[in-house]
Amino acid sequence: MKLTGAQIVWECLRKEGVDVIFGFPGGAIMPTHDALLQYPEIRHYLVRHEQNAAHAADGYARSTGKVGVTISTSGPGATNLVTGLATAMMDSSPIVSFTGQVPTTLLGNDAFQETDVTGVTLPVTKHNYLVTDVKDLAQTIAEAFYIARSGRPGPVLIDLCKDVQLSETTFEYPEDVRLPGLHLSPVPDSDALAAAAELINEAERPLILAGHGVVLGNASQELLALIEKAEIPVVNTLLGLGCIPHQHPLCLGMGGMHGEFCTNQAIQECDVLIGIGMRFDDRITGRLDEFAPTARVIHFELDEAEIGKNVPVDVPVIGDCKDTLAAILPYVEEQRRPQWMDTIRAWQAETAKREITELEFEDLIPPYVMQQLYETTEGNCFVVSDVGQHQMWEAQYFPHQRPRQLITSGGLGTMGYGVPAAIGAKVGNPDALVWAVVGDGGFQMTMEELGTIMQERVPVKIAIVNNGFLGMVRQWQQLFFDKRYVGTPIMSPDYVKLASAYGIPAISVSERSDVSDAFTEANSADGPFLIEFKVKEEVNVYPMVAPGAAVDQMIRRPEPRVVQGRRGTQPSW
Amino acid sequence: MMKHTVVAWMEDKPGVLNRVSSLFRRRNFNIESLTVGHSETPGISRMTFVVDGDEHMVDQAVKQLDKLVNITRVENFTARPAVIRELALIRVSAAGSERSEVVQLTDIYRARIVDVALDSLVVEITGPESRINSFINLMSNFGITEMVRTGRIAMTRGVGSVTHTGEVSPGWRPGTNQWTLSNGK
Ligand SMILES: Cc1ncc(C[n+]2csc(CCOP(=O)(O)OP(=O)(O)O)c2C)c(N)n1
Ligand SMILES: [Mg+2]
Repeated sequence: MKLTGAQIVWECLRKEGVDVIFGFPGGAIMPTHDALLQYPEIRHYLVRHEQNAAHAADGYARSTGKVGVTISTSGPGATNLVTGLATAMMDSSPIVSFTGQVPTTLLGNDAFQETDVTGVTLPVTKHNYLVTDVKDLAQTIAEAFYIARSGRPGPVLIDLCKDVQLSETTFEYPEDVRLPGLHLSPVPDSDALAAAAELINEAERPLILAGHGVVLGNASQELLALIEKAEIPVVNTLLGLGCIPHQHPLCLGMGGMHGEFCTNQAIQECDVLIGIGMRFDDRITGRLDEFAPTARVIHFELDEAEIGKNVPVDVPVIGDCKDTLAAILPYVEEQRRPQWMDTIRAWQAETAKREITELEFEDLIPPYVMQQLYETTEGNCFVVSDVGQHQMWEAQYFPHQRPRQLITSGGLGTMGYGVPAAIGAKVGNPDALVWAVVGDGGFQMTMEELGTIMQERVPVKIAIVNNGFLGMVRQWQQLFFDKRYVGTPIMSPDYVKLASAYGIPAISVSERSDVSDAFTEANSADGPFLIEFKVKEEVNVYPMVAPGAAVDQMIRRPEPRVVQGRRGTQPSW
Repeated sequence: MMKHTVVAWMEDKPGVLNRVSSLFRRRNFNIESLTVGHSETPGISRMTFVVDGDEHMVDQAVKQLDKLVNITRVENFTARPAVIRELALIRVSAAGSERSEVVQLTDIYRARIVDVALDSLVVEITGPESRINSFINLMSNFGITEMVRTGRIAMTRGVGSVTHTGEVSPGWRPGTNQWTLSNGK
């Protein structure tokens, strides 16, 4: 039987097990949207901007481990995707994006809504295709899904000429895909494993830096087995948070620019540093030539190009870390390291003295909001954070329990990611509680998605941390630009009214004592819920590695110096 | 800094060269020359390029290139014994008595005169870059009015072949499938 290109798109999605798609229609993709009527088992979520379709697909992918799919039109519908694709590319998130394109006869003619989409998206996709012949379509889609999820995942875009969507061919979905240029995870190399194990066995102060790769590779169990056998403490990158539970005695939390001081001390003092599924990004290393100065480096990584890209590596272990971690276990000796652990515990105790939220005071500060989010949900929710100070506070003060629990734009740091990605996470996990934790700035970048929440009935919860500023930039202005607040004070609308215009229940909280109740109410509400937290404005994220400084040269949290203020006992910041 | 010769095999598909050059530009690799053409295998093109940079740069160039879906294999030839050649066409102004001098030098360099006009000659020369450079140096004394160079191409010396699938041992018989890969992916 012959099918149109448009039908073939949906047939292929069905073969790939896709049942949701985030999209926005337009001229050049109309035949494909039209054919969706024949496939009621696939649900189309209408977003309010194509960038958010990509973020939603990304949030769906990160929270489920499946490929997220978008569909949009040519020209603006495709260029609007770019930020979302770049975000997914940086964080290795598997997405397949379909875009409409002008008919093949008009390609290259600057026809209405023509853009060189494969050209524009080339550097922000893992791969992309322009389909000019319906006979290539099924093969292309099969390849796209395969590429998106295999090896180091990433976004793949398929640009579909309009006439391809309309012309017919016999449909046959390729059973398997062979791509000679795609080098998949190699079998773990036993020499490398032995060399790595020898370093680990002889180490006195080993340390693991675990990143997103552990999450993407579903390798938490393998990681736990290794660290427990050889007593190796673990530092996480932002995207690695949750790959082992925060409460695990060997979990030291996040390192890097806003990592705990004790955590960064461990990085600087270790003698063997084991990077797993991470890429030694500048946010984790700080000043490169002073990074982990005494350490020999082992790097477990799937993407060979990451080996030695930023930090010289003594022993590379190439492969999927689920395989390599399992394979190294027999080579690694069972060990206890009381001395190293005592040193770390002492550093942790010193750091704990500066924990701000343990203080008695009245102001509503963002760390308290994060702690209450954890307390009221008992850690039982997805947290999708946006970008800025609140993102760092979430990372610091919400103890992550499991992989995929935290979803955030790490590599690109895309403001506006939070709400649409939370929609994607909720769509992928309808029975789970999904919280978007966003700033007043980032929320206003994509708040049109309240429309999607309303129309498509996606019951996500939104916590806006309203500090009246583009806080993270303001913090840098305060610290490095003599407090010249140019372009960072930001006004907000009345969020409660705004939400109510969309039929979304909302409250605004400005007292510390109301935080817990507000969260409890939102958690138990059936539908979506929005809380605005009017927090103390000029609060900084500490500790902090100043740009260009080594990771242990941190601006520390001020010592808790309690002063008597107008409103009683206050800490000084 | 050093010049590295790298060979890459790629599927002959639209846009592949664009992907390659986009990657070079984005990652700031210093590419001195780049030459592409057919390989022994239908559907597979072979590209030779020269990176001017340190070990780190060439290592990154090789690995990042290897990640492109349409690139099937990348091999650094720099440390291997290899035949390295370049071709140049040079239009030299040569009128009167200078003409015979140009012809003589062309002979010495084992170059060829491929076109003759009243007051100029077109010379074709192949060889390692150094030889071409020195020939160009000489010719510039007569006046070079036009020139085109292909950039390096390279092939390893010895009995084995290097193809898009890997190193092919000397015992290989085309069509019999009797070959071994020592470094195949
Ligand atoms: C799309 C985009 N534009 C600009 C930035 C630069 N930037 C990083 S954090 C930040 C401030 C974020 O403000 P807000 O959302 O209010 O969060 P806060 O830092 O106050 O918690 C800005 C402007 C960015 N990361 N992304
Ligand atoms: Mg803010």
